[in-house]
Amino acid sequence: MSDTSVPAAAVAAAPDPGNVKKDGSERWTQTLRDITGGSAMISVLAVVFALIVGAVLIAFTNERVQETAVYFFSRPGDLLQAVWAAVAGAYSALFQGAIYNFRANNFLTAIRPLTETLTFATPLIAAGLGVGLAFRVGMFNIGGRGQMLIAAGAAGYVAFAVELPAGIHLIVAILAGLLGGAIWGGIVGLLKARTGAHEVIVTIMLNFVALYLIQFLLRTPGALQAPGSNNPKTPAMLPTAVFPDLFGPRYNLHAGFLTVIAATIFVWWLLSRSNLGFQFRAVGQNPSAARVAGINVKNVYMYAMAISGALVGLAGINQVLGTVTTGFGAGIDAGIGFDAITVALLGRSRPWGIFAAGILFGAFKAGGFAMQAAEGVPIDIVVVVQALIVLFIAAPPLVRAMFHLPTPGTTKKPAIRAVKARKTNEVVAK
Amino acid sequence: MSTLTQSTAPVAASAPIIKPTAAIRSWKIPITFGGFAVLSLFLFVVLGRGQRGELSTFRLSQARDVIQLPAVALPTFVTGVFVAIVLVLLAAASAWLVYRHTKIPIVFSILFALLFLVGFLAWAASGSTIPVPGLLIGTVTLSAPLIFGALGGVLSERAGVVNVAIEGQLLAGAFSSAVVASATGNPYLGLLAAMVAGALVSMVLAAFALKYLVDQVIVGVVLNVLVIGLTSFLYSQVLAPSANLNSPDVFPRLDVPLLSEIPIIGPVLFRQTIIVYVMYVAIAVVYFGLFRTKWGLRVRAVGEHPQAADTVGINVNRTRFIAVTLGGVVSGFGGAYFTLGAVGAFNKEMTNGMGFIALAAVIFGQWHPIKATLAALLFGFATNLQNVLGIIGSPVPSEFMLMLPYVVTIFAVAGFVGRSRAPAADGKPYIK
Repeated sequence: MSDTSVPAAAVAAAPDPGNVKKDGSERWTQTLRDITGGSAMISVLAVVFALIVGAVLIAFTNERVQETAVYFFSRPGDLLQAVWAAVAGAYSALFQGAIYNFRANNFLTAIRPLTETLTFATPLIAAGLGVGLAFRVGMFNIGGRGQMLIAAGAAGYVAFAVELPAGIHLIVAILAGLLGGAIWGGIVGLLKARTGAHEVIVTIMLNFVALYLIQFLLRTPGALQAPGSNNPKTPAMLPTAVFPDLFGPRYNLHAGFLTVIAATIFVWWLLSRSNLGFQFRAVGQNPSAARVAGINVKNVYMYAMAISGALVGLAGINQVLGTVTTGFGAGIDAGIGFDAITVALLGRSRPWGIFAAGILFGAFKAGGFAMQAAEGVPIDIVVVVQALIVLFIAAPPLVRAMFHLPTPGTTKKPAIRAVKARKTNEVVAK
Repeated sequence: MSTLTQSTAPVAASAPIIKPTAAIRSWKIPITFGGFAVLSLFLFVVLGRGQRGELSTFRLSQARDVIQLPAVALPTFVTGVFVAIVLVLLAAASAWLVYRHTKIPIVFSILFALLFLVGFLAWAASGSTIPVPGLLIGTVTLSAPLIFGALGGVLSERAGVVNVAIEGQLLAGAFSSAVVASATGNPYLGLLAAMVAGALVSMVLAAFALKYLVDQVIVGVVLNVLVIGLTSFLYSQVLAPSANLNSPDVFPRLDVPLLSEIPIIGPVLFRQTIIVYVMYVAIAVVYFGLFRTKWGLRVRAVGEHPQAADTVGINVNRTRFIAVTLGGVVSGFGGAYFTLGAVGAFNKEMTNGMGFIALAAVIFGQWHPIKATLAALLFGFATNLQNVLGIIGSPVPSEFMLMLPYVVTIFAVAGFVGRSRAPAADGKPYIK
C-alpha cells in the first residue's frame, strides 16, 4: 500500500464547483444542480439507501415474512403487512433507542436515549479524530486498539492507585492517559521516520503487544490488578478521578463528552490554523513536494502519530474514567479502535465531520441495543448499515447514477463519466 | 522484487541501462543483530543462570512415525551461552562487513535467526520437552489462512489495487463454505462456495476502486466492516436458530504415501488437510503466474506503470479487475480453512483479525508471493509457539512469550525490511 493512498485522493476528487464563472441564468441551474447533486444530498441519499438495504435484510430474515411468503400469491397483503411490521418495528425501536422515546411518561425520561447516544459517541469521536488526523498526514493508523489499551491502563492506574485532591486527580489521570497513547502512537511514527517501517505492520503488531502487556499487568498484583482478587480486572476508579455526570446521575452522559468537544476544536485548530497542521496536510498531499518545500517530513510523521495516538488514547480514557468506572479488563477497547476507522472515513477526516459521524454511529449503537432488546433484530444489522453508508458516501458517482442525479459542474466530461458510471452499474448488476 | 527497476540515472541513447551499484553503507542489519545478541545474552546467560544443570529436550519424531529419530537433549545453560556467543560474533562480523562496504550474505541472517530460535526454544523449554514436529505441523496449519490471504493480497496489489479487504474475503469464504457445505453435505462444494464468496467481495472492491474511483483503502476497510456485519447478522438470524445450516464436515488429515514418512518434514508437510495441499499448489501457481507468464508480466506492468502498459495495448482496468478477482478467489479459499479445516462451524468474526496479519505479511514479504508466504509462516509459527509454550510452561510470564513474535516482527520490519516499496501504481486508479 502506498503512503499517499489515503483519503487525500478522495478529498482532492471532491467536486469544487466554485471556481467556474457563470452568467446569471446558468448560475441558478448550477446552484440547483449543486444542491441536488452535491455532497449533502449524496450523504442523505446514502443514508436512505443504506437503511433500505438494511430493511431488506430485516424483512428477508424475519420469520413471519418467511411464513407469509409461502402463500404470497393467494394473499399478498399478508406478506406486505409482515414486511411492514418487521421493518417499521425495527427502525422505530432503533429511533426510540437512539434519540427520543415516545413511550416514556415525561420528557426527562424520553430524552434519555439521546444522552445514551452521546455517551456512545464520545469515545468514537475521540478515536475517529486520531485516525482521521493520521489519514490527513497520509498514514493509516490501525493501532487504535493498542493505543486505547495503553492509555486506559495509564489513566486507570493513576485514577485508582494515586490519591490526589479532586479536580487535579482527574486532570493528572487524563494527562497520563494522553501520554500513554502518545507514546504508543509515537513509537510508530518514530519507526516510520527513522527506519521506514510501514505503519500498518507496526500498528497491527503493537496492538498485540499492548494487549498482552495489559493482560500481564491485569493479573499482576501491585500493577493493575485489584488487590485481593484473582480476576484480571482493576479496582474501581477513585471518585476524585471520575468524569462527573453532566446531567445528574439519571443519565450516563459524563463530562468526557466535553473533552471530546475540546479535542474536536483542537484538531480543527491544529489542521486549519496552525503551522504544524499546514505541514501535516502538505505531507499528506505529497510527501516529496513537502520535503522539497523544506518541511521535515520525518518529524511530521512522528508528531502526527504521537498526536493521533493521544487522541485515540482519549477514547480509552473516556472508557475508563467515564463509561466503565467500576474497574476494567482487557476488553475495555470494545472494538472502538476499529470502528474509529469507519467514523474517520465517514467524516472524511475533517474534525467536525468526524464529530457528526461519531454521533451518528453512537446513535446507531445506542439504538441498535434497544432494537435488539425490543424486536430481536441482531445489532449487527447496524454495522451493515454503517458500512453501506460509508461505501455510498465514498462513491458519489454511484449514488448519482442510481438516483439519476445531475453531476455538479455542467461540463461535458462529467456527463460522459456519469454515463460510464451507469454502464458500470449494469456490468456490476450482471 | 520487481523486474521493472526504475533507474534514475540519465541514460544515453546508446549506453546500456546499468543499475546504480554504489553500495550505501547501511548499519541496520548490524544494529538489529546487535540488539538480538544483547537480548540473547540477557535471556540465555543472565536469566539462564538459574537453569544450570537442566536439560531441554527436543522431540523430533511422533509416535506413529516409521523412522524414529532419537530425542535431542541439550544442556540448557551451555546451549544458551554458546548461542549467545555465536550471535555476538555474528553481529560483530556483520558490523565489520558493513564497515568494509561488503554486502552481508543472506546466509548470515538465516543462520542468525535459526540460532536465536534454537537458543530461545532451549531456554524456554528448560527442564521439559518441545515436540518439534507438533510445533511445525501446527505452524503450517495455522499459517494456511494467512498464506492464502497474503497470496490474494499479492495478486491484487501487484495489479495496483490496494487490498485491505483480505479480512472480509476470508470471513466471506468461511461463512459461505460453512453454509454450503452443511446444506449440501459436500465439503468440496463448500470450498467452491468459499472461492465464489471471496471473488464477490473482491469484485465489489474492484468495481468501486476501478469504475467509481473510490479511494481503495476506504473501500477495503468498509468492505471488511460490511462483511463482518452481514455474516454476523445472518449468523444470529439464520444460522444460530437452525443448527443444520452450520455443521459442515471437517476435512480429515490425509497422509501422502511415502512422503509422509520422511523424518520431520513428512509429518509437517504431508500429513495435512486438502486445504493445505491446495495451498502448496496455490503458492507455486501464483509465483509462476506472476513471474513466468505473459499474463503475470502484464499484471505487474499494470501495477507499476499503467500508462506504459496502456500504450502497448494492455487493457489496464480489465487486467486489474481479473487480478483482483483472482486474488479474492485465493483469499476466499483460505477462509474455508476456518470452518472446513479447523473448527467445523461458523462463528461471528471468527477470522479475528487474521486478514490484517495477512496484510502485514504482504507488506513484510515485499509484495512477493514467496516472501509473503515466508512472512505468513513466521506469524503462524509465532501463534503456534504460544500454544506449545502454554502447554509446557515457560520461565517468563506467558504474556511476554506471546508478545515476543510481534516484537520480533517490529524489529525485523524496522531492521531488515526497511522501507518496503509497494508496486509503483498501487492504490492509484488509472484514468485514461
